[in-house]
Amino acid sequence: MSDTTEMTLEQREATIGGIGCSRRRKEDIRFIQGKGNYVDDVKLPGQVFGDFVRSPHAHARIKSIDTEKSKALPGVLAVLTADDLKPLNLHWMPTLAGDSQAVLADEKVHFQNQEVAFVIGEDRYAVSDGVQAVEVDYEDLPALVDPKRALAKDAPVLREDVAAKDNVGQGPRKHPNHIFTWDIGDKGETDQAFSGAAVTVKEEIFYHRVHPCPLEPCGCVASMDKIKGELTLYGTFQAPHVIRTVVSLISGLPEHKIRVIAPDIGGGFGNKVGAYAGYVCATVATIVLGRPVKWVESRIDNLSTTSFARDYHMTGELAADKDGRITGLRVNVLADHGAFNSHAQPSKWPAGFFNIVTGSYDIPAAYVSVDGVYTNKAPGGVAYRCSFRVTEASYLIERMIDVLAQKVGVDKAEIRLRNFVKPEQFPYKSCLDWEYDSGDYHTALNKVLDAVGYKALREEQAEKRKRGELMGIGFATFTEIVGAGPSRNCDILGIGMFDSCEIRIHPTGSAVARLGTKSQGQGHETTYAQIIATELGLPSDDITVEEGDTDTAPYGLGTYGSRSTPVAGAAAAQAARKIRAKAQKIAAHMLEVAEGDLEWEIDRFKVKGLPEKTATMKQIAFAAYQSVPEGLEPGLEAVNYYDPPNFTYPFGAYLCVVDVDRLTGEVKVRRFYALDDCGTRINPMIIEGQVHGGLAEAFGIAMGQELTFDENGNIQGASLMDYFLPTAVETPVWETDHTVTPSPHHPIGAKGVGESPNVGGVSAISNAVVDAFAHLGVTHMPMPHTPWRVWKQCEALGIGE
Amino acid sequence: MIPGAFEYHRPGSVDEAVTLLTQHGDEGRVVAGGHSLIPMMKLRLAVPTHLIDLGSVADLKDIKAVGPVIEIGAMTTQHDLIASDLLAGACPILREVALTIADPQVRYCGTVGGNVANGDPGNDMPAVMQCLDASFLLRGPKGDRQVTARAFYEAAYFTARADDEILTSISIPAPATGHGYAYEKLKRKVGDYAIAAAAVVLTMEGGTCKNAAVALTNVGDTPIYVEAAGTSLVGTPVDDGVIAKAVAAAKAAAQPAADMRGPKEYRAHAAGVMVDRAIKRALARAKG
Ligand SMILES: Cc1cc2nc3c(=O)[nH]c(=O)nc-3n(C[C@H](O)[C@H](O)[C@H](O)COP(=O)(O)OP(=O)(O)OC[C@H]3O[C@@H](n4cnc5c(N)ncnc54)[C@H](O)[C@@H]3O)c2cc1C
Repeated sequence: MSDTTEMTLEQREATIGGIGCSRRRKEDIRFIQGKGNYVDDVKLPGQVFGDFVRSPHAHARIKSIDTEKSKALPGVLAVLTADDLKPLNLHWMPTLAGDSQAVLADEKVHFQNQEVAFVIGEDRYAVSDGVQAVEVDYEDLPALVDPKRALAKDAPVLREDVAAKDNVGQGPRKHPNHIFTWDIGDKGETDQAFSGAAVTVKEEIFYHRVHPCPLEPCGCVASMDKIKGELTLYGTFQAPHVIRTVVSLISGLPEHKIRVIAPDIGGGFGNKVGAYAGYVCATVATIVLGRPVKWVESRIDNLSTTSFARDYHMTGELAADKDGRITGLRVNVLADHGAFNSHAQPSKWPAGFFNIVTGSYDIPAAYVSVDGVYTNKAPGGVAYRCSFRVTEASYLIERMIDVLAQKVGVDKAEIRLRNFVKPEQFPYKSCLDWEYDSGDYHTALNKVLDAVGYKALREEQAEKRKRGELMGIGFATFTEIVGAGPSRNCDILGIGMFDSCEIRIHPTGSAVARLGTKSQGQGHETTYAQIIATELGLPSDDITVEEGDTDTAPYGLGTYGSRSTPVAGAAAAQAARKIRAKAQKIAAHMLEVAEGDLEWEIDRFKVKGLPEKTATMKQIAFAAYQSVPEGLEPGLEAVNYYDPPNFTYPFGAYLCVVDVDRLTGEVKVRRFYALDDCGTRINPMIIEGQVHGGLAEAFGIAMGQELTFDENGNIQGASLMDYFLPTAVETPVWETDHTVTPSPHHPIGAKGVGESPNVGGVSAISNAVVDAFAHLGVTHMPMPHTPWRVWKQCEALGIGE
Repeated sequence: MIPGAFEYHRPGSVDEAVTLLTQHGDEGRVVAGGHSLIPMMKLRLAVPTHLIDLGSVADLKDIKAVGPVIEIGAMTTQHDLIASDLLAGACPILREVALTIADPQVRYCGTVGGNVANGDPGNDMPAVMQCLDASFLLRGPKGDRQVTARAFYEAAYFTARADDEILTSISIPAPATGHGYAYEKLKRKVGDYAIAAAAVVLTMEGGTCKNAAVALTNVGDTPIYVEAAGTSLVGTPVDDGVIAKAVAAAKAAAQPAADMRGPKEYRAHAAGVMVDRAIKRALARAKG
């Protein structure tokens, strides 16, 4: 046992390496040495490979599939089509949204690159040749690309399989291409706010189709042990336990015979939440062949078929008094969900948490209505680094408040300060039903304005405008809603969205903690250990954190929507507190005093009034396996399942400054100042890294990422030749800052931060671009702000030559 | 993303490579740095069944001055161009162009020969070679012949090179000392092909332009040598008025396709802006 008695309190704190310290990321030791273990690194004896034959058409009837030539090729072992899966009832699978989705195209294809057949072979080369050799005869059908046409009388009917159903899982439908209508808010009250308003504004705002594009695409290795009847499924799963339950439900294999392992994951951002055809086909193939089957997407597969994000056609309206105080908000959304409704969201929320759309503003009346429709595009609709549909909502309100500012002639910072929810209003109940836990928006924005010298920036802009130069200043003062979620609001397939942590303390005072979440690069191995370290007084270096193996980790709902810290982080603290409560009993026994005579100090219990009589957690750990008080069971471990009482509401104030080259349309982000408030800060360095990453992705989305389709439904830009992943060269320099407003209901007051920068970043950049043109009467410009789009704006204003 | 099956050959000399190429006809293809060909093979847009690697062919990898001519071996990498002292002095535009191509990893492998032989309108070297009035030396079963860069490009991926010929070197008449030059490339990000790019080389004497050449990248099926743009500058002090004429000529010559980089009118406009900026920068660099 190391002796810590001679150390000062500060030294003991430092030894613990707990909450608030910027300890280095534990996982990076393996990542930076190329020793991560990703799905494609998993190599099992006898392993074979599978890949898809994909549809070149967006909408077509399959007349025939000839697999004979393919099967005859050397190294090709089998070719699966929908007809092969039919007897197993696996040619379709249920989606998390209550719809069903073709695993392999059944009679029709509904989007380009849809999975049509699955070829299994000895190696990737044989499979690739086998894929080429499958002959599919298609009858081309007219493609429905524009969601605005989806509900027209003469629109082609896409989903013949559900054409006659009046409900596909999320409420009544009004057209064969209609999926659901979801609305919330008081319509009458909102209409009234508008009819009496001094000022109203309206804007069509499209949040384009983007893709999370994680560096590692999706993949799996399925391995069936036919003797034991056990299936092991390695995969890129953000939610391994949910995958186990889904596999059990759709395959009929008992859940205890299924082991799901998510090894290291190279970025997820929502893309790895869903269940994909590849997982099902690899699983069927291993059951048929009795050999492990690996399926790994290519980059083009990933961008064109596994879950996209956004594709929200929004119409926003604000009513306000003459000073720009908002009195009403109305939003209509046409949501393009692609060919199957398979968005990964809590089941009861067809538009996610879009009703956070009132943002940071105290808006008395609001009404929101969302219609989801089918189109001939890949399905999905995931939270790309945001809690469910929060970026869309935040973008809408952050854009609209700028539109309003321009209309009433109020400064864009001032209009925010006028409308913010005030500190004394928390907990704040929004008119769209959320209860914001804590916030201090005025302090955050004022801090940013001071830090950047806002007044001088506006003066510089005025000077530049006189010279015909374009400079823009944009804000985002967003509020996120994360930590899904309280089981009364949130479930997936009926399972409440709690999360879990199990901690075992070893006799020598080190520990292992297992959680139901799954890091994809967020640094969980580092930060969870810090929470436990502070709670238990054991050094974070001595705490191993494990996730992703369903045989060892307690059941959890996984990592997405910034839920790990708010939910599993809370479970970690609570489990640790259970252990500390038991430790106190053991300490009392060791020190021969009553439990109530003890007080906790960093890493030990002290007898009140007798400071030299102490039992360190390390000593207690040993005692737990040696001499526990009578009636107490030996050992020192605990598990906690945490059902959060509420969501957490991180917020931030961002400011972006851009310069626009009116001749080329290039936009340069000159300055970006990001202040985040995520409550208690567990590891400031990791927070900064998350903010940098989220802002880089926000920059990518605002400035270039987009998946578009031509009139035949051919996807455009689905490779890294076009899809804009900014490099270090393009990415602006980020200035970060923070305030700390802890969550009152979270055990350690933490809120989650990974997604905030993406939510706020996109709006701040986009607002800055529009602001560069605001003096010329421009109120909105469609994203992404690529050079050509920005130049078209210049051209339309006669300043492009 | 897996290429079709192919035989791999690694000849030691140009003649051996030509023999292999002749033997395998349509099915053979030489590979140099592989940074254009291999991506196309992975997408199965190119499916050569015989791949003839020039990596071990001797004597294709040097940069030398032969009298007033600079000779660059086909297998010289883009990185070699950047590192060459000879080029930095005698023909610095090549370094400037090479630095706009992709990233260091690609440039360590990608060759100048592959870049000009490829025939992809997105490649940056061809327009520059046209601007410099370079010639390409080709060797086939019937021996050697020279084709000028300005006459080499026929359509996207179609060049004057016959299937059984190998490009062995590039000859560039050394531009006059004190010449001005610039390559302006508008792109979406590092590693991107140009939205539009322009190469300009000019010589000034006593404040008057003695000669000038202008060529464009990625705004047509082929690189575009805009003779009229160059001639409009010659004999003038290259003031804003004549620059506008050169720009207008370039824009008229540009025939871009619409793609994710933008619609046609934008890319033609961008070509004009690049020409304008390239002329001004070349002028600022020119001595005399
Ligand atoms: C990410 C990325 C970004 C890129 N960005 C750019 C860019 O911005 N600008 C740009 O110009 N290029 C760019 N490139 C292409 C790169 O410069 C290539 O290296 C170049 O186009 C081809 O050179 P190579 O030596 O790699 O040729 P290869 O790929 O080996 O060959 C290309 C073609 O030329 C033929 N060929 C090659 N050498 C000879 C020869 N000696 N004789 C006859 N035929 C020959 C081959 O048969 C093949 O058809 C990029 C490439 C990548 C991967």
